[in-house]
Amino acid sequence: MSQDAVKTKFFPPDRSFYTPVNMVVGCIMAVGLLFTVLRFTGGLSMVTNLDDNYPWGLWIGFDLMAGVALAAGGYTTSAACYLFGMKRFHSAVRPAILTAFLGYALVVVSLHYDVGRPWRLPYPLFWSQGTTSLLFEVGLCVALYLTVLFLEYSVTALEWLGLKKLRHIIHRLTLVLTIFGVILSTLHQSSLGALFIIAPSKLHPLWYSQYLAVYFFISSMFAGLSMVIFEGSLSHKYFHDKMDDTYLGEHDGVVLGFAKGASFIMFAYLVIKVIGIAMDNTWHYLGSGYGMWFLVEMLGFVALPGFLYAVAVRDRNFGLIRKAALITVLGIVLNRLNVCLIAFNWYLPLEDRYFPHIGEIGLTIFMVTIGVVAFKFIVTRMPIFYEHPDYKESH
Amino acid sequence: MSVSRRKFLAWMGGAGLSTAVGRKAFAASNKHFEGYPDSFGVLHDTTLCVGCRSCEAACNKVNDLPQPEKSFTDLKVLDEKRRTDAAAYTVVNKYESVKKPGLPLFRKIQCNHCLEPACASACFVKAFTKTKEGAVVYDASVCVGCRYCMVACPFNIPAYEYDKVLDPRVVKCTLCHPRLLEGKLPGCVEVCPAEALTFGKREDLLALARERIRKHPDRYVHHIYGEKEMGGTSWLYITGESFEQVGMREDLGITPAPNLTAGALAVVPMVAGLWPLFLTGAYAMSRRKEKIAAEEQAGAVANAIAETNDAAEKKLAQALEKAKKEKEAAIQKEVKKALEEAVKAQEADKEEDA
Repeated sequence: MSQDAVKTKFFPPDRSFYTPVNMVVGCIMAVGLLFTVLRFTGGLSMVTNLDDNYPWGLWIGFDLMAGVALAAGGYTTSAACYLFGMKRFHSAVRPAILTAFLGYALVVVSLHYDVGRPWRLPYPLFWSQGTTSLLFEVGLCVALYLTVLFLEYSVTALEWLGLKKLRHIIHRLTLVLTIFGVILSTLHQSSLGALFIIAPSKLHPLWYSQYLAVYFFISSMFAGLSMVIFEGSLSHKYFHDKMDDTYLGEHDGVVLGFAKGASFIMFAYLVIKVIGIAMDNTWHYLGSGYGMWFLVEMLGFVALPGFLYAVAVRDRNFGLIRKAALITVLGIVLNRLNVCLIAFNWYLPLEDRYFPHIGEIGLTIFMVTIGVVAFKFIVTRMPIFYEHPDYKESH
Repeated sequence: MSVSRRKFLAWMGGAGLSTAVGRKAFAASNKHFEGYPDSFGVLHDTTLCVGCRSCEAACNKVNDLPQPEKSFTDLKVLDEKRRTDAAAYTVVNKYESVKKPGLPLFRKIQCNHCLEPACASACFVKAFTKTKEGAVVYDASVCVGCRYCMVACPFNIPAYEYDKVLDPRVVKCTLCHPRLLEGKLPGCVEVCPAEALTFGKREDLLALARERIRKHPDRYVHHIYGEKEMGGTSWLYITGESFEQVGMREDLGITPAPNLTAGALAVVPMVAGLWPLFLTGAYAMSRRKEKIAAEEQAGAVANAIAETNDAAEKKLAQALEKAKKEKEAAIQKEVKKALEEAVKAQEADKEEDA
């Protein structure tokens, strides 16, 4: 089938450009661009509340920490399908890889705003390697993994562009790329947590642990699975016409399988969190204000959605699964913000604590919006939710 | 490189994966770093500090820092708790005495120049160096501005030039390293009128501090802060009241910062080394499972076909047998009939003949 035929088959003529949603997106973009100009002409102090006690703020806590965790759907889905033989998840791989690729790309864009001299970001890789730093490890792995995700995603773009030869070459690398992706994800997901192991005196004892690396890695798994469910439910609502029969046919199985997997991992995560508390003997902190907050995170945003997942899978209750996925996603954001900001410098008096500047919030919304717009642009044009008719036989 | 004594990290090759280049892993050995021999330090005897802020003024001058809004002679500044920032490498804070209520206590804050600095361990471009003179110095020419050093520092010392656009730097006390190389004292030590600061070889300062504590056991707390804290620092402190009382954390422990992350770093090359095995193993197992399942399926199908064939053949054979028998019977019947007819015909012929 020719490309025109594909277009007419899958893309009915678009609606007007001036929809209310597009107007809101336009406003966010305009504000984002304004803050961007301010950031790169006035310095960090112009658009952030960062100070000497809080060198890391919302952009690290949310854009980087939560962003990377929520982009974990890429490695979990591709590993399940290609490495662990769960072929029934095949149609979920492309949306997950796309979400992950956009997520990581925006993490890197966001970092350019956050670091003082962004043009030097390649320095740790090529100029002066600080190999004793866990941040070096994070930087190296994120750079490599972004490359891997780009290659994995490029298969879709190449199909769209009709570059068959190149597409086949990269497609043949699927297995190798998947293995690389899982190794790199294991390393940097865990190292993001390990970044804080150097600061036991600053992070609240309930969140600080020698196991921080393991916590971040394990939680990234159910974060990724939940994000796939969450993204899938939104896509179903807005891009239903772009989905082929295979995708639609496999979707319920994907949701049930991922919800089941997430539930199991979440309870294992609870167990290792309790082990961490027992190990450091920090039980007595549970009675404090921070202890309450810790319990809210653990019970309200891990145990509860884990339980809801289990019940919903048993009852095949897809509405409940969607709710559990949303709570889990929020819980991961909460956890990363707790480690990075809320439980960090917990001993400081309230007036010295950090709260994000409107510029930080604005630019974070800007990044998320870019991600959503890019996602929409790609899924409405490229074979994400359906198989390109020319390549049906090859996988 | 003087600081990063243990470099564990796996270097991932261009394609993404390669060998682990582990260097001296002191954390896992019985070796123990006690600082460079004959390195310098400063002993801060807080019982002698009068809170005059001369050290702040001297620091500002020798480092060419911008003039603050309130002059250094304005002692009202001491009423608020301050920390080091981009325009002040050192500050003096005032605290309340518990022993003698109403009397103030003073303590100077600046970089403690750790023997094994957290900032240097955390920096991913090696911008910090622990020099053999004892100073921890910073090289702005490689700094990316990630500010992980500020997260890592247990004493909350490094500050950042947040308002600079093109060349923001991390700033902190240098122990006047350039002046040391010229044979001069650090600015703050040189100017202190109360002899609350003593510059010297760290070993000598430790001996001096012990001597003071021994001579005046009532005046001092029996502890030299910085001897062991975070693995030891080049700045040392003795006080008349608890260190907490003068705003110093007593819960930092004695583990040098690099040792805290040694375990997490050591795992990295293991993951890089073993994950390919586990993952290809998982892949191979799932493939094998599929293959076996396919084979079993094929076998079952073949079996079923064979069984059906057998049954059909048997049935056919039986049918053939039956047919054969029937045919034979029919033939015999026919033969018999023919014979009978022939006999009859013969008999009829005989009758005609007769």
